[in-house]
Amino acid sequence: MNRLLPFEWIAAFRFLKEGRMQTLFIITGVAIGVGVIVFMSALLSSLQANFIKRVLTSQPHIQIIPPDEIARPLRPIAPGVVYSPIIQRPTQRLRSIDQWQRIRQQLLAREDVAEVSPTVSASALAVRGDASRSITLTGIDPDVYFNIVKLPEYIIQGQPRVSSEEIIIGKELAKDLGVSLGDKLNVTAASKATRSLTISAIFDLGNKGANERSTFVALRTAQALSNLVGGVTTIDVTVHDVYSADVIADSIQAEVGMQADSWIKTNAQFFTAVNAQKTSNTAIRGFVGLSVAFGIASVLVVSVIQRSKDIGILRAMGASQGQILRVFLLQGGLLGFFGAIVGSVLGGQGFILLHDYMRQADGTELFPLILESSLFVVAVVVATTTGVVAATVPALRAAKLDPVAAIRG
Amino acid sequence: MAEPVPVLRLEGVTKRYGVGTPAEVEVLHGIDLILNKGEFVALIGPSGSGKSTLLNIIGLLDRPSSGKQFIEGVEIGPLNDRELTSLRGHSIGFVFQFHYLITAFTALENVMMPMLVDKAFPNAAMRERAHALLAEMGLTEIENNLAKNLSGGQQQRVAIARALAMKPAIILADEPTGNLDSKSTDVVFGMMRKANVDQGTTFLIVTHNDALARRCDRIVEVVDGRITTTSAA
Repeated sequence: MNRLLPFEWIAAFRFLKEGRMQTLFIITGVAIGVGVIVFMSALLSSLQANFIKRVLTSQPHIQIIPPDEIARPLRPIAPGVVYSPIIQRPTQRLRSIDQWQRIRQQLLAREDVAEVSPTVSASALAVRGDASRSITLTGIDPDVYFNIVKLPEYIIQGQPRVSSEEIIIGKELAKDLGVSLGDKLNVTAASKATRSLTISAIFDLGNKGANERSTFVALRTAQALSNLVGGVTTIDVTVHDVYSADVIADSIQAEVGMQADSWIKTNAQFFTAVNAQKTSNTAIRGFVGLSVAFGIASVLVVSVIQRSKDIGILRAMGASQGQILRVFLLQGGLLGFFGAIVGSVLGGQGFILLHDYMRQADGTELFPLILESSLFVVAVVVATTTGVVAATVPALRAAKLDPVAAIRG
Repeated sequence: MAEPVPVLRLEGVTKRYGVGTPAEVEVLHGIDLILNKGEFVALIGPSGSGKSTLLNIIGLLDRPSSGKQFIEGVEIGPLNDRELTSLRGHSIGFVFQFHYLITAFTALENVMMPMLVDKAFPNAAMRERAHALLAEMGLTEIENNLAKNLSGGQQQRVAIARALAMKPAIILADEPTGNLDSKSTDVVFGMMRKANVDQGTTFLIVTHNDALARRCDRIVEVVDGRITTTSAA
């Protein structure tokens, strides 16, 4: 007998040890349940991190744009006259953000903002010979913009630089127009202004649409082409906590009086999908947890019946109801605890195997390996608690056994 | 001669089952009984006479429906369940017909069990006492064997050692030799008698074995829920 353990712990361990086959089976059951939960949780958080990384590769966390232009009826409202005007929504011209330098300074002063990059975004036509493609021209200051959108990581040819005579294009556009690195490309903006730009780099964002349309030029070049000299159409912002982007966007909108759209708002469908995945995962985890709890409870119910004489003897020799209760609660907790330890190892190993086995076509990982220690701590704590809770009914039954009836059997 | 010291006193104890139902039945009718310190008493009677009910009441496993009960001068009526359990652990030892050792533990640990239940943590003194008791029973060699691996006679001797562990005032033995052959019966009876003489522990032994009853100091006979005779053996 271990002198450091009290009676209840000693009895709980011995009862589990004596019924070793029963104990082994239920620990295996708990381990499988916990393993599934750990595996699914790790997979979900890794996939989610991967999705978010992909989504945020080609877009800023928050984009600040000028407010929409609206039409207001100028006719004065005469008292007592009711009229119903039909107001046509005006077309939205390409406009600069008023006092964008001041707004930029304001944003940089915020603690939750990591980087601010003013950009000009305009539609244009890329022309080479007889072929032409419509493109989105993004004028950037590469020093800050590349901190927001990690374009250099996706460059497959050339160098990530944009002087006033250079352009970075996607691989699909290069293919469509039959151009390669160092070739000239004529870019005609909606303002009819035309520039001949040299291709300094070709990127692959992993998205055909983006590779066809997205192009990057120097801020000054885009300003000149769009007739917005000195102006910017958007201010791109990176924040420290990507999941708080919507809250920060609201706060920025209130502070600067411009429209601020977070990536969470502009990717609402993606977020709905993530939430649906989370909900189904929670439901599966809940049901697995429930089956684990019922497994533990059923084993302990049988154990109480098997041990009724032992319980009667212990009560006859002075064991209190509380002591008997604790012996069985502890057995539930121990089954949950050891099952969770084994399950955590199984689930974690299974996830590592899957991560190593599932690769992209180019051999890189399909999703990052994210195994946080907190996941295992939570799994062990929750499984142990579940074990104790599941043991409540059998433990109460054991504690309330009439010793006379128990001894007689 | 020294004045006898009562360790158990029953005054007008009755036991009714199914109170308030049409099936209400009284199985003990006004039992008066005194057991003195150091007595070795046989409790006999036909099956269904109320012996086991009386033993359960004396052993504080059940409460009387009416009447008074004193254990070492303490009236048990006003005690709550927790106090009753504690008193049972300290003052009463049990030996049952089917031994009822806890099979998950060794012989030594079974003897330590009442002390462990009382003190919560095991210590060297408990181990020493259990070891000494098993030595008295001649079981030193098998003290580390699991209870389920012992013979019937050995198990019953371990059960007696366990009953003695807390130095109780009374040991209640319900057919302690009912399941043993004659040789083991003699050994077990001898052990109980030895504990009675050496330690002055009071024994109340329920038995159907007349020869065994005659070897006790006193015989108490229960018939139809009443004590009909109480006589020297």
